[in-house]
Amino acid sequence: METVIELKNIYKTYVMGSEDLTVLKGVDVTIHMNEYVAIMGPSGSGKSTLMNIIGCLDTPTSGDYILRGQNVSEMDDQELAEVRNKDIGFVFQTFNLLARIDALRNVELPLVYSGMGKEERLEKAENALINVGLEDRMTHKPNELSGGQRQRVAIARALVNNPAIILADEPTGNLDTRTGEEIMALFETLHENGNTIILVTHEEDIAKHAHRIIKIRDGEIESDMINPSKVKKTAVPVE
Amino acid sequence: MNFFLELKESFVIAISAITANKLRSVLAALGIIIGITAVTIMQTAIEGINRAFNKSIEAVGADVLYVQKFEWFGKEDWNVYKNRKDINMGNFTFVERNIQSATALCPSVGSMKTLKYGDLVLENVRTIGTTADYQATLGINMSEGRFMTQRESDGGYPVAMIGADVKKAFFENVNPIGKAIKIGSYNFRVIGVIEKQGSLLGMSFDSQVIIPIELFFKLYGTKRSISINIKAADLNNLDETKEEVIALMKKTRKISYGGRDDFGVNQQEAFKSTYESLTGLIKIIGTMITMLALIVGSIGIANIMFVTVKERTKEIGIRKAIGAKRRNILMQFLIESVTICLLGGVIGLLISLPISFIIDAFILPTAIPLWIVFLAIFISVFFGVLSGFFPAWTAAKMDPVDALRYE
Repeated sequence: METVIELKNIYKTYVMGSEDLTVLKGVDVTIHMNEYVAIMGPSGSGKSTLMNIIGCLDTPTSGDYILRGQNVSEMDDQELAEVRNKDIGFVFQTFNLLARIDALRNVELPLVYSGMGKEERLEKAENALINVGLEDRMTHKPNELSGGQRQRVAIARALVNNPAIILADEPTGNLDTRTGEEIMALFETLHENGNTIILVTHEEDIAKHAHRIIKIRDGEIESDMINPSKVKKTAVPVE
Repeated sequence: MNFFLELKESFVIAISAITANKLRSVLAALGIIIGITAVTIMQTAIEGINRAFNKSIEAVGADVLYVQKFEWFGKEDWNVYKNRKDINMGNFTFVERNIQSATALCPSVGSMKTLKYGDLVLENVRTIGTTADYQATLGINMSEGRFMTQRESDGGYPVAMIGADVKKAFFENVNPIGKAIKIGSYNFRVIGVIEKQGSLLGMSFDSQVIIPIELFFKLYGTKRSISINIKAADLNNLDETKEEVIALMKKTRKISYGGRDDFGVNQQEAFKSTYESLTGLIKIIGTMITMLALIVGSIGIANIMFVTVKERTKEIGIRKAIGAKRRNILMQFLIESVTICLLGGVIGLLISLPISFIIDAFILPTAIPLWIVFLAIFISVFFGVLSGFFPAWTAAKMDPVDALRYE
């Protein structure tokens, strides 16, 4: 199966005054197309840093990150922005929608930055919103939507550019249990439709929706295994 | 991304950001509003005065040389001028007889006199003594009656041609032709009214009366210097005429070829250059003051843009996460700042136009040419870019991870 993400010996060191703080200590991960992976770990484990690197918001201090065949670790700001735009769809805990514009405009935004013409943009954005079940909420602004609906808008925005991966950071963290389950069901559907999903969470309940669970502690991978409850699905063990 | 598409998108974002903070945007633009108002009013006033001036000096005549005892705007020490002899009728006659490159010329002499008509009195009226050729030389038009004839002028008849101000003071609703007025203590008969010539900075060209020069000398004395007024044959060869006049004047005043002139040959040009150097100074001072207003306004905009950028750190993070490049963010905030300034510029224009009209009606002539509108818009855009660039750059180079984490 095609490799989407290849992290090789990733180190990330922050300079804090006179001290160096190494947050990631040689992380190796390979993720294939249409995998559904959860990255778990307590706070301070390096989980967020790893997510930022996978999401091309940050670059590793050393090591290689190959995303869809391109070496992201050697890219500059400009190129990283382009990768984020085309290959990565973010879903955040706090939704991170722009408050002043309606759902449709929010979903359209990544396409604005990829330079697509207006009509094509609107058509794609509408389709994305229909796919997440919000066809009757397109002209609502974020503050006119419920938490679950906002997260669906965010998911539609993540999907609109057909990214290589969907990177969800605690996507249910600000939602009640029932709404959270609905969102997780939506991710399940997206996975079934062929998307590659990476879920970052510290909650066991959420992580167990994934088909593969990578646990991280103190900047190193503690365990990487197939989720036994989902074993009937295809997943590839590491090494 | 296509530049114009990006420009359009940035503009849409800017409008929504500005309308979300209406009061703040207007307050931020206040400095620019004041600056643009100042620029526009100053420019319309200068333009108006220029037009009025140009209209006024048309009366002086671009192709007329005025040979007088002194230069209009002499730049040398008074010692150079103080011992000069008067220009007399002998000089005029000599020039008149010998000049080739002139179509008309006349002598003139002037003094301030008090005019009376019945019980009405008008003080300090410029009284000019000249010949019938004055009309051809200076291109005088009459609104009523006629100019004096050669016979009247040579014979020193007591006839007078009055200016429009004199007519207004004495003959508001009366036909002035044939009426007797007193100039000084002598009686004259009004035979014509000179067409209105206008005024400049409160100085009227119409407070005048013209009489025959022969009579002028007889009544008010000959011991005064005259002006020899010469209309050049061709405006394009004005310098040639000037050379000829200087040579003739030197000859009649017995100055050697290399000797220093003891008279001035004046022309409209001298007025213009002096006027231009004066208004030039006003322009420089005015521009400095308005620049100051605009710079203060620009600092206000920069300040508010820094606040806006800080406030919208999270938004910048989100935009970067979904693929906005530095250039997109830079453009977004730059356009926002330019839009605020443009708004200020338009408001400034809307304020200054009626003010210009009011000034025009009561204080000074003003004029609003189209280029002032473009200038105001250009200045607004310029200051928008100037004040927005640094805040926008701060936004553009934000780290997306930090920006996303900002609450």
